[in-house]
Amino acid sequence: MAQSTSTQILDPSPGRPWQKSPRQFIPDLVVFVLALAVSEVTVSLTGLRGKIALLSLFTLYSMAGSMVIAFRRRGISAMGNALASSFVYLSVALVALPLFSVVITVISRGVHALRINTFTQDMAATQPDAPFNQGGALHAILGTIVLILLATAISVPIGVLTGLYLTEIKGRAEGLVRFLVQAMSGVPSIVAGLFVYAVWIVGGHGGFSGFSGAVALSILMLPTVARTAEEVLRLVPNDLREAGVALGGTQWRTVVMVVLPAARSGLITATVLGIARIAGETAPLLLTIFGTTAKHFNPFSGPMSALPLYVFQLLQSGLNVAIARAWTGSLVLLAMITVLFTFARVVGGKSKS
Amino acid sequence: MPRFSDRVFRIVVTGGGFTSLVILGLITAFLAYRGFEIFRTFGLHFITNFSWDGGNPDAGVQPSLGIGAMLIGTVVISLVGLFIALPIAVGSALFLTYYSPNWLRKPLTILVDLMAAIPSVVYGLWGFFVLMPHAVYWARLLNRYLGWIPIFNVPMPIFERSPFIAGLVLAVMIIPIITAITREVFAQVPLDRIQAAYALGATRWSMIRAVVLPFGSSGIAGGAMLGLGRAMGETVAVYLVLNLAYKPNFHILFSSGGSIASMIVNKFGEASPFELKGLMAAGLALFVLTLLVNFIANLIVRRTSRTGH
Repeated sequence: MAQSTSTQILDPSPGRPWQKSPRQFIPDLVVFVLALAVSEVTVSLTGLRGKIALLSLFTLYSMAGSMVIAFRRRGISAMGNALASSFVYLSVALVALPLFSVVITVISRGVHALRINTFTQDMAATQPDAPFNQGGALHAILGTIVLILLATAISVPIGVLTGLYLTEIKGRAEGLVRFLVQAMSGVPSIVAGLFVYAVWIVGGHGGFSGFSGAVALSILMLPTVARTAEEVLRLVPNDLREAGVALGGTQWRTVVMVVLPAARSGLITATVLGIARIAGETAPLLLTIFGTTAKHFNPFSGPMSALPLYVFQLLQSGLNVAIARAWTGSLVLLAMITVLFTFARVVGGKSKS
Repeated sequence: MPRFSDRVFRIVVTGGGFTSLVILGLITAFLAYRGFEIFRTFGLHFITNFSWDGGNPDAGVQPSLGIGAMLIGTVVISLVGLFIALPIAVGSALFLTYYSPNWLRKPLTILVDLMAAIPSVVYGLWGFFVLMPHAVYWARLLNRYLGWIPIFNVPMPIFERSPFIAGLVLAVMIIPIITAITREVFAQVPLDRIQAAYALGATRWSMIRAVVLPFGSSGIAGGAMLGLGRAMGETVAVYLVLNLAYKPNFHILFSSGGSIASMIVNKFGEASPFELKGLMAAGLALFVLTLLVNFIANLIVRRTSRTGH
């Protein structure tokens, strides 16, 4: 007997006494089969039709079944626990379902009109109902790139300055500034577009242009950059700042030569997250860059196009061919944002470790 | 006395820090300035009037502009969205903090963040072509069995492009925000209280009910308000899935609704100069509304994180 105890202790892969034994899985299996069968019957007997009805009934019935099992095993509080667990798992499923649905439909419908010329041609010389091997989204892709570059050039310096104000200067208005940045992140995108329109275009200072679109996007990008910049600047150890000052550096030299380089990868993450925030914005662009079908490089005069706007305007035409192109535009846009997002995660992940 | 270079540095950085104040002030000022004539002409009637009629100068018809219906519509669709999103978001935040196996936690968090980065025009496209047929099915079902509840009643059996569908799309869009905020609050729950609850023999759910939910309640409220603010400002997705009608409608399953942001997009292309001023005023109203909601939300969230420890 003593022998067996000692071998048990020395066993390198100990058992897990809290795990269910195979026998305890039997009720779960019974509930699964029963719920499936009962929901099939309900669907065939009542007016409910389709896979969704079957799935939701199955979910309901299996929730009820697991509650009954829990109640029989360990009483009323276990029943509440089982109900809560089913609710929590169900809500995760309900979060994942639309996300996968969006991604899968965008990919499956987007590849339909995806050709090489999507990336090499614009729509200037293409009829709306032309076949997919003519015309493309090049003007929109270029427009998006120009807009992103301009918006980044405007909002990143200001965002980093805001982050520096919150971490390096810590003035009396620190709380106020943080509050304002929060408030700014709640500005609806259409209001940002309307604001630029009210300042720039109604006032007769210029017509629709890429630059006004970039200004509107900067308003939306600034809070994201500022908040992330504040977070990463806060991660820079105080020792580095003290060391910089101890070497005789002034505050600004310490910030420029020590603090900012130390937070470099985090600041890149801040920039990329900001870009991912604005790359898909449509509403402000409708009011500021207006959209065209031709390539247009000069951001300071004349309408431009951008990917989200391209998708939106194709949808408005209502033609089936145009809608297929809109899905392709969405696919390109989504791919771009996913790449940016992954890049931000990878760079950001490195800076923390 | 700090050095000259440091004084310059401080001035520049402080200037950068106050840009957000300047921008918020400028937005208010310019929209108010451009929309001033509207407020002078219509006064408070601009908020309560349901019709939007640009008038016809040739026929001598006076313009009558009001955002009442759109304001009500905005609140209705945002509340529908919040009502659907809140339980799901809280449930998945609970999953991420207390139920998820360790290996699943990080990928799931990234997926939820990615969900927030999907452009609203893509959600609109998806909502119109993929979600709508399913949602109409559910709407018919709700109407058939729960039609005796006034909000599920419909004057005519038209279920496409209803506030319910707009609310569903909004729910998908605000779930990531609410999840992120509630998850952060749940992660701050002191471990000793959790362990104390378990030691007293609590099941996972009774622990959550006794410790996590009371601790995180104001965080949940704050996250919900932030989601509400985001939902109110959403433009393109709502524009694509909602049938705009200048008449207040509380039958959420019926194909008629309103949204200030979508109305601005809708009217913008064909607006007369006077209507354009009306749109500026409508934008100001939306701006003030979302600012107010966000202000309350931040106040609530901030209070939690301060008293939390």
